[in-house]
Amino acid sequence: MARTPVLTFTDRGIFCPAGGFHIDPWRPVDRALITHGHSDHARPGHGRYLCTRQAAPVIRHRLGPVRLETIAYGETRRIGGVTVSFHPAGHVPGSAQIRVEQNGEVWVASGDYKVCADGLCEPFEPVACHTFISECTFGLPVFRWEPQEEVLARINRWWAANAAGGRISILGAYALGKAQRILSGLDTGIGPILTHGAVETTTEILRTQGYVLPATVAVTAGVSAKSHPRAIVIAPPSAQATRWAARFGPTAAAAFASGWMRLRGVRRRRGAETGFVLSDHADWPGLNAAIRETGAERVFVTHGYTAVFRRWLESQGYDAGIVQTGYQGDGIDSAQPETEGDAPE
Amino acid sequence: MKRFARLFAALDATTKTTAKTAALAAYFRDAPEEDRLWTIALLSGRRPKRAVTATELREWAAGAANLPHWLFEEAYSVTGDLAETIALVLPPPTRDSTKTLAGHMHALVALAGQPAPQRQAAILAAWDGLGPDERFLFNKLITGGFRMGVSQGLMTRALAQATGLQEATLAHRLMGDWTPAGTSYAALTGSDDPAAAGRRPYPFALASPLEDPPEVLGDPADWLAEWKWDGIRGQLIHRPGAFALWSRGEDLITDRFPEFALLANLLPPGTVIDGEVVAWGGDTPLPFADLQKRIGRKSVPKRLLAEAPARLLAYDLLEEGGQDLRGAPLGLRRARLEQLVAALPAGGPLGLSPALPVTGWAALASLRARARGAAAEGLMIKRLSSAYHVGRKRGDWWKWKLDPFTVDAVMIYAQAGHGRRATLYTDFTFAVRDGDDLVPFAKAYSGLTDDEFRRITDWVRRHTLERFGPVRRVVPELVFEIAFEGIQASPRHRSGIALRFPRMLRWRQDKPVAEIDTIETLRALLAGQRGFSTPAPPEDI
Repeated sequence: MARTPVLTFTDRGIFCPAGGFHIDPWRPVDRALITHGHSDHARPGHGRYLCTRQAAPVIRHRLGPVRLETIAYGETRRIGGVTVSFHPAGHVPGSAQIRVEQNGEVWVASGDYKVCADGLCEPFEPVACHTFISECTFGLPVFRWEPQEEVLARINRWWAANAAGGRISILGAYALGKAQRILSGLDTGIGPILTHGAVETTTEILRTQGYVLPATVAVTAGVSAKSHPRAIVIAPPSAQATRWAARFGPTAAAAFASGWMRLRGVRRRRGAETGFVLSDHADWPGLNAAIRETGAERVFVTHGYTAVFRRWLESQGYDAGIVQTGYQGDGIDSAQPETEGDAPE
Repeated sequence: MKRFARLFAALDATTKTTAKTAALAAYFRDAPEEDRLWTIALLSGRRPKRAVTATELREWAAGAANLPHWLFEEAYSVTGDLAETIALVLPPPTRDSTKTLAGHMHALVALAGQPAPQRQAAILAAWDGLGPDERFLFNKLITGGFRMGVSQGLMTRALAQATGLQEATLAHRLMGDWTPAGTSYAALTGSDDPAAAGRRPYPFALASPLEDPPEVLGDPADWLAEWKWDGIRGQLIHRPGAFALWSRGEDLITDRFPEFALLANLLPPGTVIDGEVVAWGGDTPLPFADLQKRIGRKSVPKRLLAEAPARLLAYDLLEEGGQDLRGAPLGLRRARLEQLVAALPAGGPLGLSPALPVTGWAALASLRARARGAAAEGLMIKRLSSAYHVGRKRGDWWKWKLDPFTVDAVMIYAQAGHGRRATLYTDFTFAVRDGDDLVPFAKAYSGLTDDEFRRITDWVRRHTLERFGPVRRVVPELVFEIAFEGIQASPRHRSGIALRFPRMLRWRQDKPVAEIDTIETLRALLAGQRGFSTPAPPEDI
C-alpha cells in the first residue's frame, strides 16, 4: 500500500490527488465537488464547482455567479485519473454522497446523510465501496429517531391545539431541508403557513425545481397574528425570540425541530419551547446500517462524536480512523448553527 | 404510571409557577388516592429505600441494549443523566403496562433485599412495559432525589388548592418522618388534625438576604439582631413521649447529638425550640468543619464528643406547655425563651443565641463587620412584632451576611454538568500561583449565566490538553473571581486549605493569567481568620 490513497485529508478538505479536486473544501481551491448546499459544505471562493443538478439552484443562489457544472445522480465522469459519480444521500434535496474510483478501488465520501426516506428529497442509496468516509453527528446510541409520520403528526397536533387556543405557532427549522421537509408534512387544513424570508427564498427555489411543497406566505410588513390567525410560522432558529418574531404576539407558542431535542438537557436549556425530535442526519441504527451496507472494510469518521464512534467501529471489526474537518457541526453547543450538525442554540 | 407521566409532561412543558401549580392541583383532585400519596411523598423527598443501585441499573440497561459498558458510559457523559440515558438506549417496549405509580412503588419497595437475579428480572420486565417518558420517570423513581421542577412550597400550594386546606396547615402536616406505608392521603389531608402530636416538627421560618442598606427597615427599635451562626438549623422537640432533634432538611438527627439527650429531663414537656446546632469551643462556635465531622455519622465516638461537643444556640420558642406559640410576636416568644433557658442548670448543651444591641443602623453595621471575630457569618435581623412564619416570607426575617472573600484564579480542569447543564462544561477546578506552579485549591460550578457557560464550553473544546474520562485538562488561560465564605487549613488538600461555599463571582475576561492571586494570598486570608478567632469580650458586642 505504498501508493497514494484515492482520497487524502488536507487542511483545505478532502483531496483526491489523482483527480486534482477537493470535496466540500473549507478554504478556496481550484476545483471543488460539493455534496450539498449547506453553507459549511458549499463555500464561496473556489475556481470551479461540481454538484448535482438538483443541488445547483440553491448553491447558485447562495454563492452568486460562480463557475458551476452539474451532474445527474448516478452519472459517471472522468476527472484526471479517477471516475466520480454522485449518489443520493437523503440529507436535503439535491444532496449527494460522492463515489471516487481509481483502478478498481472505490472510496465514498458520505457528506451528510440520513437513511430514512422523508418523502421530499432523493432517498439515500447505499454505495458499495472499499473505504467509506462517514459523518457521525449523532453517533451515540441515545440517538434513535421515531418514524417521521409520528413526529409530523405531533407537530400538526401542536399546531392545531395552538390554533384552537388563539395562539400563533412558531416552529424553528433550518432554512434548507428541514423547513421544506416539515412543510411537506403539514396539515394545511389547520391554518395558513407563513415563512421567514430565508425559508421562503429556499422554498421557492425548490418549488420551481418541482419539489412538491404547500403554498406559503412570506412574512412581510403587513403580516401579523391579526392578519393570519391560526397560522404556523416556519423560521430559522436564529429568528425565534427576536423582534422579528414579536409581531406574532406574546402568546405565540415556540417550538424547535432538531435531532438534539432528543436530549432533555438541551430541551430544558431552551426554556419553555416545545421540542420535536426530527433530524436530517442518520441516527445510531441508521449510521450502523449505512456503514454495513457499503461493505467497506475501512471507515473514516468525521463531524460529530468521532472518537466514540471510531472506537465502536473498531470493536465491530472495522479499520477506522478520524478525519478532522472544517465543518462547523462539532457538537451541540458551537455557535451560529446553519445546519443540524451544528448547535441548536 | 401514564397518569403520572402526563403530570410530569405538563410540569415539564412550562416554567410558569401558576401553570405548574394548576397541573399538580388537577392531579391531586383526580388521580387515584394512593398515587396522590406517593406523589406527595416523592415531591417532599420521601423516597423508599433503594432497591437497586445505580451500578446495577447501568449494567442491566447496557446488557438489555446490547451495548458495551464503555459506550454506555460515553452516552451517559453526553446526556448527563443516568435515568435518561437508560430510557434512550433501551430497545422499544414490547408490552404496554397499565400499572399505576403506587403499583410500581409497591413493587420497588418489595424488591429491596431480594437476590440480584430477581431484581434484575423485575426491572427488565418493568422497562419492557413502559414508553420512553415513563421509563425515564421510573428510573428517576429508582435513583431518587427527583423533584420534577416542583418545590415543596409549590406542591403544598397545589395541595391546598385541591383540598381547600390552609397552606400553613398542610405544610405542618407534611413535616416529619411519615411514610406512604404508614399513612394515607385521607389522613394527610383529612379534617382531623392530630395537632402537634408526637415528634412532628413545625415548618421552619426562613430569612431573606438583606440586599438594601438596613435603613430601609425603619426604626431600629422594632428589630432584634443576632449573630448569623454557621452551623446547622435545628428544631428540638420535647413532648410527652417524644424527644427529637430535626434538621432543616427534615432529617431526624437526634441520635447524632447524644449530648442533647439530658434536655429531655430538664425541659418541661410540650417545648419546641428553634436554634442553631454548632460545635462548641467553650465561648464561641468552632469552625463548621468541626461540626461537619459530627453530621456525617450516626454514632459518635467519645473522642469526637470531646473534640467537637455540640451546643444548641436557641433563638426561638415555638411551643410552650404544649401551646403553639407561633402566632405570638417574636418579642414575647423571645422573653419566654430567655426565661426557659435561664431556668436550666449552667453548663448544659443549650444556650441562648444572644440578642445584640440595636442602637442604630450604623452601630449594627460596624458590629456586622466584626462577625468573623465572633465566629459568625453575619447578622440576623428579625422584626420583634412578627409571628413565626412558614417558609420564606419576605419582610420579617433578614439575613445580613458578610461580604465573601474573593481571589482571582485560573481554570485548569473542566467537566460537563448534569441535568439542565448536561453537554455544557460547568464544573471547573481552579488554581492559584505558587512560584512557577499552579496549585489547585477550589472547585466551583455556579455563578455564571448559561450564555457564559456556552462560550466557555466552546472554548474548552478547543483548548483541551488532556482528557481523563469526563474531565478535561485545559490551557490555563481563563481567569475567574472566586468568592467563598470561609477558609480553613486542610491537610487533605494539596493547597493545604479548604474553602466554604466557593463559587464563581465573575468571569474576568479583562484579566490575564499572569495577574491571578498566589497561594500566599490564601495563606494570608487563613492567618487573618485565625487571628480573629479569639472572641470579642461580651461587653464589646
